[in-house]
Amino acid sequence: MRDIAVVGFAQTPCVRETDGTTNGVEMLVPIFHEVLGGLGITKTDIGFWCSGSSDYLAGRAFSFVSAVDAIGAFPPIAESHVEMDAAWALYEAWVKLLCGEIDTALVYGFGKSSAGQLRRVMAMQLDPYLVTPLWPDSLGLAGIQARMGIENGLWDERSMAAVAAQSRSAALSNPLAQLSGEVDADELLTLPYVADPLRRHDCAPITDGAATIVLAAGDRARELCERPAWITGFEHRTDSPSFGTRDLTTSPSAVAAGKAAGADGVQVAELHAPFTHQEILLRQALGLGDEVTVNPSGGVLAGNPMFAAGLARIGEAARRIHDGSATKVLGHATSGPLLQQNLVCVMEGRE
Amino acid sequence: MTRPLSAPLDVGFDYTRSLGPTLGRFLSDLRRRKVTGIRGSDGRVHVPPLEYDPVTAERLSEFVDVTATGVVRGWSWIPEPLEGQPLDRPFAWALIQLDGADTSLLHAVDAGSPDQMSTGTRVRARWRDERVGAITDIECFEISDEPADPPVEAEAVTMVTTPVNLHYTHSASPTEDPFLRGLMEGRLIAQRCPVCEKVYFPPRPACPVDGVPTTDQIELSDRGTITTYCVVNVPFLGQRIPPPYVSAYVLLDGADIPFLHLLLGVAPEDVRMGMRVEAVWKPREEWGPTMQNIDHFRPSGEPDAPFDSYSQHL
Repeated sequence: MRDIAVVGFAQTPCVRETDGTTNGVEMLVPIFHEVLGGLGITKTDIGFWCSGSSDYLAGRAFSFVSAVDAIGAFPPIAESHVEMDAAWALYEAWVKLLCGEIDTALVYGFGKSSAGQLRRVMAMQLDPYLVTPLWPDSLGLAGIQARMGIENGLWDERSMAAVAAQSRSAALSNPLAQLSGEVDADELLTLPYVADPLRRHDCAPITDGAATIVLAAGDRARELCERPAWITGFEHRTDSPSFGTRDLTTSPSAVAAGKAAGADGVQVAELHAPFTHQEILLRQALGLGDEVTVNPSGGVLAGNPMFAAGLARIGEAARRIHDGSATKVLGHATSGPLLQQNLVCVMEGRE
Repeated sequence: MTRPLSAPLDVGFDYTRSLGPTLGRFLSDLRRRKVTGIRGSDGRVHVPPLEYDPVTAERLSEFVDVTATGVVRGWSWIPEPLEGQPLDRPFAWALIQLDGADTSLLHAVDAGSPDQMSTGTRVRARWRDERVGAITDIECFEISDEPADPPVEAEAVTMVTTPVNLHYTHSASPTEDPFLRGLMEGRLIAQRCPVCEKVYFPPRPACPVDGVPTTDQIELSDRGTITTYCVVNVPFLGQRIPPPYVSAYVLLDGADIPFLHLLLGVAPEDVRMGMRVEAVWKPREEWGPTMQNIDHFRPSGEPDAPFDSYSQHL
């Protein structure tokens, strides 16, 4: 197998609302310039482009096609898209690189959640026959999962608030975060419920944003990056969409993806957990002990650009390899309701 | 700088889907105030029924009658219901295990207050009067130890229609904004790419060739050249004028991409590529931020433009 590495990463600030269009061009142009400029290459050096976004989020058809304007696709490019978080676009690009036809790929994701009502838009990912017609909102569903874990003794409202406080505190070191600060978990518990047992701090904020990663293979990666984040395991697994059938207090697909990708021994993990209890659940499912630094960026509780946030987790984890502060890291992404689908990317630095 | 123009955008569509034998049976039975599950490979009874076993992927076919009463297995409380949800007053989402089932169904519980809800609470279906064969035939569940209303006869259904209505705020891009504001004053504002110097009308957020924002603003006249056209002979819903008529690509003088508009004042058989045209504007009091301010184009009477002048813009 070819060695493939994350060599570049850039993301926009996470903000509650941007002025731009829902096709992402205004958010993507600056981060393409940042990531390509940082590597000293141009668009013609990229062998394959792949993106993740959603037309339901954008409220318009083929928004991902309009987004290609941000690339300047002339001469014509090789390009693909997934209607999922761009972490899955990264997976597609990784497979393409493994095939050996190209040496570089640029992956991007974008979402302007502020344009619509995110809690309702998310109902469009549910079973269209028996579930979407009820318009279950994403917070209401997550609340059911949170309560099941509380009543099974896996977490409680205090430990959930502690996750939120830790996220905001960690985000103080992340200038692109939407929410950061020193907050007291006990004070958070005095605030009202938004979807009992969830309070506002238990839910990732509504965020506009975009992220991009450049992958490169073998010698090309070594040319472009002093300390590439070599991908040593990259796996995704899924559970049944019928969530009344699943044990919602665990995530078999996260367990399986973590095992297959070789999550043992990571020093840093960036987890895509849009709700506080899901971070606790994922730590357990991926076997991450107290010695592992989880979400040093603040994670998605500090800023959750839909369809880019999972990709950004992998980028944030890779940065810890690039800057030499870790030798083995993990980036995780989720898709579907209640951690239905999970992706794990393990990366290592080499001396 | 002022924020770009924005406007509400409501997207609505009725999704119509065929049900097949498993969901068709389930929804037909809901119409009859009955609930039907299906036995999985491991013997568990799934409600709602699954077409394939979630573990073995075997095709499932053994239907099992269950009751419309059951137990809450998990719940959350929604203090402010959203559009389309089963109740417009505060309610609980719940996973409900019906008596006779081994898995849980998602629905709303009309409990009045979160104090009334707990895991293990017994509930029963509240059936809608007008049932069509949809999950919403159960209006919601209510807290009760009593049986639900008894079954009745009803025709089977094979299709389900789900209306989807989503609401957005659509924003113009920073380059579309001066274009739209210009139109309100009867001006045609294009953008030029600072790299390749191509002029885009209507403008785009970034030059699709160079991937950079088009920052140079230029004003164009309302005269141009027909690059290509078609004669519309087919009637369709919402058509403004009776066919046949001509839809033409108009390349404004100084622009590098043409746009589609209506061509009137010339018989369809006399239209030509290269024909020179001019805009016919609506009365000023009807102008808004739209290209519809130009009612149509008509021949200007100038000699045809040579092919070389527009051959790169087809």
